[in-house]
Amino acid sequence: MKNIIGREVPEYIEGVGKIDMFVGAWEKLKKGWMDEVTISPPNKAKMPHQSKSCSDLEEAIKKTSPKDGMTVSFHHHLRNGDNILVQSIDILAKMGIKNITLASSSLNEVHNPLLKYLKDGTITKIWSSGIRGEIGKAISEGVLDLPVTIHSHGGRARAIHTGKIDLDLAIIAASAADEEGNATGSHGKSAFGSMGYAGIDSRYAKQVIIVTDNMVEYPCVPISIKQNFVDYVVEVESIGDASKIATGSTRITKSPMDLRIARLAAEVIEHSGFFEPGFSFQVGAGGASLAVAKYIREKMKKTEIKGSFILGGVTSYGVDMLNEGLFNAIFDVQSFDAAVCSSIMNNSKHIEIPASLYANPFNCGCMTNKLDVVVLGALEIDLDFNVNVITGSDGTVRGASGGHSDTASGANLTVVVCPSFRGRLPIVKKSIHTVVTPGETIDVLVTERGICVNPKRPELEEQLTKAGLNVRKIEDLQEEVEGIVGKEKEVEYTDKIVGLIEYRDGTIIDVIRQVKRNEQ
Amino acid sequence: MLYIPGNNPAMLQQGGIYGADSLLLDLEDAVALNQKDSARILVRNMLKSIDFYGTEVCVRVNHLDTPFGLEDLEEIVPLQPDAIRYPKTETVEELERLIQIIEAIEDKHNLPHNKMTIHAMIETALGVQNVFRIAKYSKRVDAITIGGQDLTADMNIKSTKDGSGIDLARKMIVMAAKANKIDAIDTVFVDVNDEEGLRKDTEYAKQIGFTGKAVINPRQIDVIHDVYMPTDDEIRKAYRIMKEFKKNKEAGIGVFAIDGKMIDAPVMARAAHVLELARIDIDSI
Repeated sequence: MKNIIGREVPEYIEGVGKIDMFVGAWEKLKKGWMDEVTISPPNKAKMPHQSKSCSDLEEAIKKTSPKDGMTVSFHHHLRNGDNILVQSIDILAKMGIKNITLASSSLNEVHNPLLKYLKDGTITKIWSSGIRGEIGKAISEGVLDLPVTIHSHGGRARAIHTGKIDLDLAIIAASAADEEGNATGSHGKSAFGSMGYAGIDSRYAKQVIIVTDNMVEYPCVPISIKQNFVDYVVEVESIGDASKIATGSTRITKSPMDLRIARLAAEVIEHSGFFEPGFSFQVGAGGASLAVAKYIREKMKKTEIKGSFILGGVTSYGVDMLNEGLFNAIFDVQSFDAAVCSSIMNNSKHIEIPASLYANPFNCGCMTNKLDVVVLGALEIDLDFNVNVITGSDGTVRGASGGHSDTASGANLTVVVCPSFRGRLPIVKKSIHTVVTPGETIDVLVTERGICVNPKRPELEEQLTKAGLNVRKIEDLQEEVEGIVGKEKEVEYTDKIVGLIEYRDGTIIDVIRQVKRNEQ
Repeated sequence: MLYIPGNNPAMLQQGGIYGADSLLLDLEDAVALNQKDSARILVRNMLKSIDFYGTEVCVRVNHLDTPFGLEDLEEIVPLQPDAIRYPKTETVEELERLIQIIEAIEDKHNLPHNKMTIHAMIETALGVQNVFRIAKYSKRVDAITIGGQDLTADMNIKSTKDGSGIDLARKMIVMAAKANKIDAIDTVFVDVNDEEGLRKDTEYAKQIGFTGKAVINPRQIDVIHDVYMPTDDEIRKAYRIMKEFKKNKEAGIGVFAIDGKMIDAPVMARAAHVLELARIDIDSI
């Protein structure tokens, strides 16, 4: 059946069950509570002075008594430098464990070696906020019998609270830890900053292993993961490739196109009515999105407007803005570059936050709810402003939902920045492959060829037009783009559902279908 | 004025999106000898099909002394871009020959002689010496531009960031343009990563009278606009002058004073220019 935003989503999927249909971005929140029950964290006990140390990762994993059908979780703070996830699954596979549900907060190219375990039945189910590389491609081609579930960062926290993701084992890499399992990502040779996505895993998993390549004297501070949730601690030679975990300071793009879009987006923000003293702000980590921060920084200095807080994935650029006194605080769920680590360590206004506080819709107010302005990217956007950030132009999984829908839902002003087409591929389209973020939560689209305001925000359209910005109808922009690059050949799919796109409230907003291969 | 190599379809197609006041589609120095014909065909087709969103479009053709100049004109003139930029203009005689050829092509296509203008580019010491006469020669010449790189080569001096070697040439070109009431467009600043250097160079160009500046990278456009855009204070002052002028004019008063300073015709002209740059309609005041 077609859901409320016109996506074809079956009411029932074999192996999954009845589908809880998306009902609108804020419909479920309006009640003031969540229908699902919050589960209790596991009860555990340890004898005084009992050692948690294990000689290696294999011993630690064996001590947790792994079993077929278990769910294992990881965080993705090590990004493309991660050594731990694949190593852990190798160990489980060697032990003959089958039917694993993998619940990593995201999967990257570095996890390509897992593909063999998807093929041989070691891993049969996946929860993740994003999937890139060979795994994404294989999933799109139907390597798993069951569809993967793509959740948002806030949605993941909600799913763990409710037991929808029922964690048997959390294997948590840390750049520093002590013998009791107090752990942090803020220092050590593999430092990666905030451990925002791992906190909830440590709280809810039945067994928790901390893996570090930097065992420090007790106590390890700052304490991001607390010892009272940790069962075992392992020291390894390396948790990952530091050069791929986090590198230096993030630089602003030099692409004239991205800079042009960013400048236009900054003008949109300036004239939106939300660029006021005390405003809060979030941008992405690269491309046009991060470049918006450059122009907002200049405007803040020029107008002497001081903001409240920077939220989200944090770069050194955000740290610079904090240090210049442009914002009062940074709330950091994920750090994008090495330069951020020392700020987390030393600046009391740079605060590490867990995923639930960041974006879980079902509590008394996550921080995305307090956002004024967020700038987001897009792989595709349709005429209803629905955004795809998960599937590429060939229909295969290659992106990440991340905090996209969480921040779009919470912010007073959600600005999507993207070129109107990339190469020969249109980005502004009549119909997109997959919807991750509903159009009702997107306020403005900024492209190099004009600014489109969601018709749900007529007052904003009027303000931006009055300010002399090039505001135009999204339908006109789409027609112009089609005139330049022509129509794409439609991607052909089979009926098999290979992915569910879970909205942050737990409903299903869209599905991903198997891409038809040439021989099919 | 943004330079775009005539053999780069992606850049040509995106030319109009960067907010430049003017685009220079280049068939000359930016294009290798073995790509001259393909660039010519590409620019011709782009002129026919691409929306440059109202940005002024100029085409820099090759000099008529090269094997490519005449063919460039034959392909481009019929499409009547806003202007033809003619490189290495040194004498009035060259300009005379160029205009004769352009007008012959226009006649062949039943096109008027007063639509497309000519930007004469001064890139040699001889050109600098003749610049006043070049600027004065024809009404079709509505801008003089300077090519700093070629000029330093012609003078056999080093090209420096401060442009000291070509300072006299810049000033002579501005003076010739001003004397003939046409635009003077400054040379490019080649270090695209030196934003501060670009700002200083543009401030100097503005100070000595250039009406605009050429850029080789879209990233440089914003700095130039920032320098040339009047400040909020300048706009406010110009607005006040214009308002007072209209009020006094209605009352039949010619010369008046604001804050004790006399407002005369040159001050009024400057105020009108500031408002024009700020895109404020004088009639609406």
